[in-house]
Amino acid sequence: MNKSLKNLILNSDKFGQLLAIRPLSVSAKQNTTISYTIDKSYDLHRLEQGPSLEVSCNKEEALDFYRKMQYIRRLETTSGNLYKDKQIRGFCHLYSGQEAVCVGMKAALDQNDSVITAYRAHGWTYIMGVSLLGVLAELTGRRTGCAKGKGGSMHMYTKNFYGGNGIVGAQIPLGAGIALKHKYMNEPNVCVALYGDGAANQGQVFEAYNMAKLWNLPVIFVCENNGYAMGTSVNRGSASADFYTRGDFVPGMRVDGMDVLGVREATRFARDFALTNGPILLEMVTYRYSGHSMSDPGTSYRNREEVQEVRQKRDPITTFSKRITEAGLVTPEELKEIDNGVRAEMQEVERRALTDPELDVQELYNDVYYQPEPGFKVRGCDNFTYEVSK
Amino acid sequence: MNIAAKKLFKSVNVLVFKSSKNGLHVTKVAPSTVQMTVRDALNSAIDEELARDQKVILIGEEVAKYDGAYKVSKGLFAKYGETRVIDTPISEMGFTGIAVGAAMAGLKPVCEFMTFNFSMQAIDQVVNSAAKTYYMSAGQVSVPIVFRGPNGSALGVAAQHSQCFAAWYSHVPGLKVVSPYSSEDAKGLLKAAIRDPNPVVCLENEIMYGVSFPMSQEALSSDYVIPIGKAKIERPGKHITLIGHSRAVQFCLEAAAEMEKMGVECEVLNLRTLRPLDEEAIINSIKKTNHLVTVEQGWPQYGVGAEIIAKIMESEAFNYLDAPIYRVSGADVPLAYAKSLESNSLPTAQNVIKSIKKSLNIN
Repeated sequence: MNKSLKNLILNSDKFGQLLAIRPLSVSAKQNTTISYTIDKSYDLHRLEQGPSLEVSCNKEEALDFYRKMQYIRRLETTSGNLYKDKQIRGFCHLYSGQEAVCVGMKAALDQNDSVITAYRAHGWTYIMGVSLLGVLAELTGRRTGCAKGKGGSMHMYTKNFYGGNGIVGAQIPLGAGIALKHKYMNEPNVCVALYGDGAANQGQVFEAYNMAKLWNLPVIFVCENNGYAMGTSVNRGSASADFYTRGDFVPGMRVDGMDVLGVREATRFARDFALTNGPILLEMVTYRYSGHSMSDPGTSYRNREEVQEVRQKRDPITTFSKRITEAGLVTPEELKEIDNGVRAEMQEVERRALTDPELDVQELYNDVYYQPEPGFKVRGCDNFTYEVSK
Repeated sequence: MNIAAKKLFKSVNVLVFKSSKNGLHVTKVAPSTVQMTVRDALNSAIDEELARDQKVILIGEEVAKYDGAYKVSKGLFAKYGETRVIDTPISEMGFTGIAVGAAMAGLKPVCEFMTFNFSMQAIDQVVNSAAKTYYMSAGQVSVPIVFRGPNGSALGVAAQHSQCFAAWYSHVPGLKVVSPYSSEDAKGLLKAAIRDPNPVVCLENEIMYGVSFPMSQEALSSDYVIPIGKAKIERPGKHITLIGHSRAVQFCLEAAAEMEKMGVECEVLNLRTLRPLDEEAIINSIKKTNHLVTVEQGWPQYGVGAEIIAKIMESEAFNYLDAPIYRVSGADVPLAYAKSLESNSLPTAQNVIKSIKKSLNIN
């Protein structure tokens, strides 16, 4: 990893100051809200003013964010284990470490806003409304999966959520196109188009920046910078690791993607900005604990100490739980209760994901075309197998 | 290709159209029948669908203020404005992705490639994003989009601008592929493509843009659509079947006219749609004539003719064949610039006639 970025992610002066909670400014009014002031503004690009430096949440929100982040963490732990047990096949890219990005962003979006992301899609799929079983059963290829087992890890969808795209960078023009639809239909909505620090170097991403700015599309480009494109650290793949500036004429902002409240605040700002001014680019500085995929132990290009250090100092769940408990907003017991509930629910979800049936084989011929001609037949693997497609 | 070259490209072909119109029309023309160029037929199709459905947009390079690189979209920007007729920068992968994204979200874009040669820059979005999403999402996200533009060889533009993509796109489940020959085909198939809730590739032919064909009263109607997946018998016959698509139908008709002088009655089948292929029409014609020549401008290997022959081998039509099937296609080379090399690399009616004679054992 680029040394400067590494410092930034860990506990450099820059981000340390940026997000340090000044003890005196923390307040827990009657134990119903937590609020604090960020020391230093977000890093801005072509923006005169950034988001509010005040971040806050009430108890209900705090418990909600904590619960959702824990669900995603647990979901990914379970996914990793099922993969090792050979219950999940093919690709499986885990989101552990990045939970605050999707939870914080979703909390600032309208229910009719759209989202499209890359192949690391499990967390986003859940936060966009798919049940835990919908995600996990998709991973195990069962009919109760959100795409009935036809999509797998990288291809999950639900209302206003357009995947899950397995082609690195392809989702960015698609996201701009979804934003074009919002604008064309005069809808007061944005599309969030997410990609990693690896996809940030795809040519079509720059094509999308250009057209989004030309046409002032209501799109929030989000670079989830977890430090590594597979095994290539940002400084080995990017001539500039300041991803928030790489839209050039697209205004941008660097955000600590490990702070769920900071992410929410930045997203609120970006959403308002995009609806009025067109595209904006958020770089979410985050970290993935697992390897790139399940075939990557994640140790040849980084060391275990680095991972441990992030876990100890910047983990999005433990830092958040520390904040809300130390401020007296919630009790450790309340969080423990959530943890137990999450664990129990995931056990049941796992059981079903392993026992629910796969689709009937006949279904493989369906969904090739929308509304096919009645009687339209699709060929199987030999000339003696033709099945009607629905 | 730079803009100047594109202009030249177009003007050269307009001249060619004017000198090559004779002998194209075999349909009997009623006195009141209107003549229309393929270009105008495509224009009216887009115009009518823009008027019919607010969700239809036209997007691509030079489609708006320039009126289209080949003037297919002439007048549409003036009529519908910049929100519905959208000029893009030269960013095929980007604007194709944007069009596909808009379709996923519910618009019905007509995405123009200035030529299909440039669609190679964007083929990932066509294949991986447009064709597969409906299946991958188990029917949750449909992609109602049309990819259209001139396909195949023009004249004097050398290898990079002279390729037929019929085989490439027809290979892909989830896509539909239409390939119009005449003005009626162009209008009816493009309108059907725009109304279809699936991704449809419409392979036009630049050389045909300036060619006029008769348009029936029915075809002039704004309700005129040609069903996707149905071939058309352009000329009935009983001795041999000639199957072509796009401009190759012209070569089939020319050969049929020539063979008629020798008493050979050729049945010419205009495929119109390449995917899904109208196997029933192909099989029925072979049962009738027992002989077949396939004609296409693309390369032979793994091409449209190859697929038709494979389908016949696997069907009952095989038992009705009285002779081997022959393919007429583009030569198996990248297209050369020099005129003599170029003309010997592309099929003509003479290649079709030679193959017919071989099939029917006529010396």
